[in-house]
Amino acid sequence: MAETLLEVAHLIKAYPARGKGQKVQAVADASLTLARGETLGLVGESGCGKSTLSRLILSLVAADQGAVRIAGADFLGASREEQRLMRRRIQIVFQDALSSLNPRMTVGVNIAEPMRLQGLGTQASRRQEARQLLALVGLRAEDEDRYPHEFSGGQCQRIAIARALVLKPDIVIFDEAVSALDVSIRAQILRLILDLQQKFGLSYIFISHDLSVVKRICDRIAVMYLGRIVEIGSSDAVCGSPRHPYTEALLRAIPIADPRRMRVENLGLIEGDTVAAAGPSGGCAFEPRCPHRFARCGLSVPPLFDIAAGHRAACFLNETDRQQGDP
Amino acid sequence: MTDGSDITLEVKNLTTRFGSAKTGVTVVDGVSFSLKRGRTTALVGESGCGKSATALSVMQLLEPPGEVIAGEVRLGGVDLMRLGDAEMAEVRGRRIGMVFQDPMTSLNPLLPIGDQIAETLTAHTDLSRHEAKQRAVDLLTRVGVADAGRRVHDYPHHFSGGMRQRVLIAAAISCSPEIIIADEPTTALDVTVQAKILRLLYDLQQAMHASLLLITHDLGVVAAMADEVIVMYAGRIVERADVDTLFHRPRHPYTKALLACVEGISDRAAALEPIQGMAPDLKDPPPGCRFAPRCPSVRDVCRRQDPRLAPYSARHDVACLLVGEEAANG
Amino acid sequence: MTSPALEQTEPLSRPLRSPRRFWRIKAFLRNWTAVTAAAFLLVVLLASVFAPFLSAHGPYDADNLSRYVPIGTEGYLLGTDQQGRDMVARLLYGGRISLLVGILPTLTASAIGLALGLLAGYTRGLADHVIMRCLDVVFAFPMVLLAIAIAGAMQPGVTTEIISITVILIPYFARLARTATQDIAAMPYIEAARAAGGSPADIMLRYVLPNVFSPVIVYATTLMGLMIVVGSGLSFLGLGVQPPTADWGAMVAEGRVVLRRAPHVTVLPGILILAVSLAFNFLGDGIRDALDPRSIRR
Repeated sequence: MAETLLEVAHLIKAYPARGKGQKVQAVADASLTLARGETLGLVGESGCGKSTLSRLILSLVAADQGAVRIAGADFLGASREEQRLMRRRIQIVFQDALSSLNPRMTVGVNIAEPMRLQGLGTQASRRQEARQLLALVGLRAEDEDRYPHEFSGGQCQRIAIARALVLKPDIVIFDEAVSALDVSIRAQILRLILDLQQKFGLSYIFISHDLSVVKRICDRIAVMYLGRIVEIGSSDAVCGSPRHPYTEALLRAIPIADPRRMRVENLGLIEGDTVAAAGPSGGCAFEPRCPHRFARCGLSVPPLFDIAAGHRAACFLNETDRQQGDP
Repeated sequence: MTDGSDITLEVKNLTTRFGSAKTGVTVVDGVSFSLKRGRTTALVGESGCGKSATALSVMQLLEPPGEVIAGEVRLGGVDLMRLGDAEMAEVRGRRIGMVFQDPMTSLNPLLPIGDQIAETLTAHTDLSRHEAKQRAVDLLTRVGVADAGRRVHDYPHHFSGGMRQRVLIAAAISCSPEIIIADEPTTALDVTVQAKILRLLYDLQQAMHASLLLITHDLGVVAAMADEVIVMYAGRIVERADVDTLFHRPRHPYTKALLACVEGISDRAAALEPIQGMAPDLKDPPPGCRFAPRCPSVRDVCRRQDPRLAPYSARHDVACLLVGEEAANG
Repeated sequence: MTSPALEQTEPLSRPLRSPRRFWRIKAFLRNWTAVTAAAFLLVVLLASVFAPFLSAHGPYDADNLSRYVPIGTEGYLLGTDQQGRDMVARLLYGGRISLLVGILPTLTASAIGLALGLLAGYTRGLADHVIMRCLDVVFAFPMVLLAIAIAGAMQPGVTTEIISITVILIPYFARLARTATQDIAAMPYIEAARAAGGSPADIMLRYVLPNVFSPVIVYATTLMGLMIVVGSGLSFLGLGVQPPTADWGAMVAEGRVVLRRAPHVTVLPGILILAVSLAFNFLGDGIRDALDPRSIRR
């Protein structure tokens, strides 16, 4: 049984809504775990809170409530200095690679920066590390003197990945890291990410709105909708036998690259648009758009029900003769 | 054989360059295709392949230093390249409607959306301002905006991304054009919203019996929407076929590699085999076939000789020397 | 066995072509407008400093018999003013005051404003509120009125001019720096630095500051020419340098009354103020462009 590297427990973050008195819950009670060597996918559309969740986990944004534990140690509640040290174990790669690099620093300096910020190594040793990492991600060691704007999107992402690895973390969070890339470059970067995981025994949280990519590289998937995790389980379980109407709808809406299997007439449509939850409405957040809704749904927020080992879905349809699982 | 009268737009040998003859870059290199009534043609490729530039060239919306240096674009017998600014402005909106990628930047944030739709109408028809606004409400309803009578007075920032795209589509179809050009219409949208917008485009196209030119890099969208597919690479067409043939019997190595990538990305069981390297810098294109440096089936002759787009079978054209050989050898 | 992705046989980037040391200086030198401007300013500066060696007359040598001598007269290359003083001398010596008033307060205010704006923009919260509200008080006063108030409390002279102008400029720079800081603080690379464990001070100094520099420099150079005029406005009101001290702005003001009779008295210093302002602008643009890594030629 692989050790649990990361534990996220009941994170909540609300922002004051413009013009209304109430707050908007960006993340409403999210919990998850990550085992060593595992890749967890975090899927959802815009406004679901997945990016906010990643910032909460990294303690870049202060959570209203909840805890994050890295290898058992409390991360959010740790002192400034302790937190700084713990940051070495968890790093992040952003969506817009070019903007995630300091335009006024060379690529080599960008990669080595986390070491300097942590007070590690000397200028020479940091430079050496950077050169090695550049080669590892498929660029030349001499590129260390170039500036980020001289590289393409895919190359910048490689540089960002190199930077994320310089502190030798255990966990890397990829926040829509391949979404902005062309298909062929996306495949290259995914391949790189997978190989690095194998080589260094890394654990990943892969955030994306693209279920097809997530299916590919993730062992487990968590589906988010309006700040809550509505379904979580192994990739096969979630994609093969989804137990939440939103997951179903998401799967049916993805165009498959095969005209024999799906044409535009077959694309699944959900009625309505995602409306930002202006404070708790009392019932299931997906209820207004759910094709299977019934009376219970508007009355209380469904907790995550156990369906099978490790597979849970927050939908009252799963309630009959099942025990309520711990959220 | 296609009936000639079915063809709405015919593009022949379109060539577009950015910059001067000596230092410029040819981003669209001898592209030819035709659009047919009621059919959807997808123009597929990755960034920098020239697909957007092709659309802009057809619409004559290129900004300097971009200019069309060769080719003709025939719309109902008239070569658009020969039209003056005013005449082309007539064509745009009236006979060709265009939907761009980013609804955020395509709409004027300072005007209510009803006014923006009405603008297209008053420019191309002799409806009065009042009638045009009325039509705008009808159009909004048609594209699925609920409560259109009230929403017609709202500003772009009152709408979500998907709704804004519907507004753009409403403007594009307002004068019932024969041709709709949609450049990455759903790239910036969530997948569930994308499904609805694609469905909308399809329904409108069928109702209007218009030709839809869909430009995208997403092969899933192509599989769902297209009747015919054109694959572009480094400014050229490398393969053209109907959608089933392209996905199930592709012949160009780039098409095959691209499909393998997509399959590898979405299907765990398949091997993830990325295409190595990057697209060529068009300032200095490689001699011979432009895909040669990355082609898994490359041979010596590929680096010397530049393949031309040639028929492989009925309604299936490929630009590859190896395929040409194959076809020649029977 | 390592996978293909980790064993890139063909590197994805092109080799660097030339060494890139001193790229900032090289980039600056490629911009001939900026270089010309810099050269011009240098000439003017040196001329003012070495005024005694360049001018046969002193700036206070009045000669009632040689009043309003036109340009080109022997002995008075640029003519004389209403008191018969040599224009060349007046312009050269006047440059000392004018350039000092244009440059020093602006640079000082930009440094202080930059520090305040950086602090306010990055830390936000209480520090931001306190700093900005204090500056709002200064903002509320019209520039010249405030300068008068400050100068009125001190002895008239060049120091008074410098101090008043510095004080009134600080809020403008602070506001600019604060906005720029906020823009940069929202960038992903700042988030990345925080995720890597960077302390706020470290990030402010190494990441935000270099990027805030650019707009501040450009703004500072834009203001330099203007401050020459503001300084002379203060003199005109009796709060700055007093006649007979030479100062370009003061010369423009004093020469107005004889504009019809001897236009060169007003026009010559006016042209100098204009030329120096333009030169500062071009210089500022050149510095900003030279500091931008995107200006590196491959």
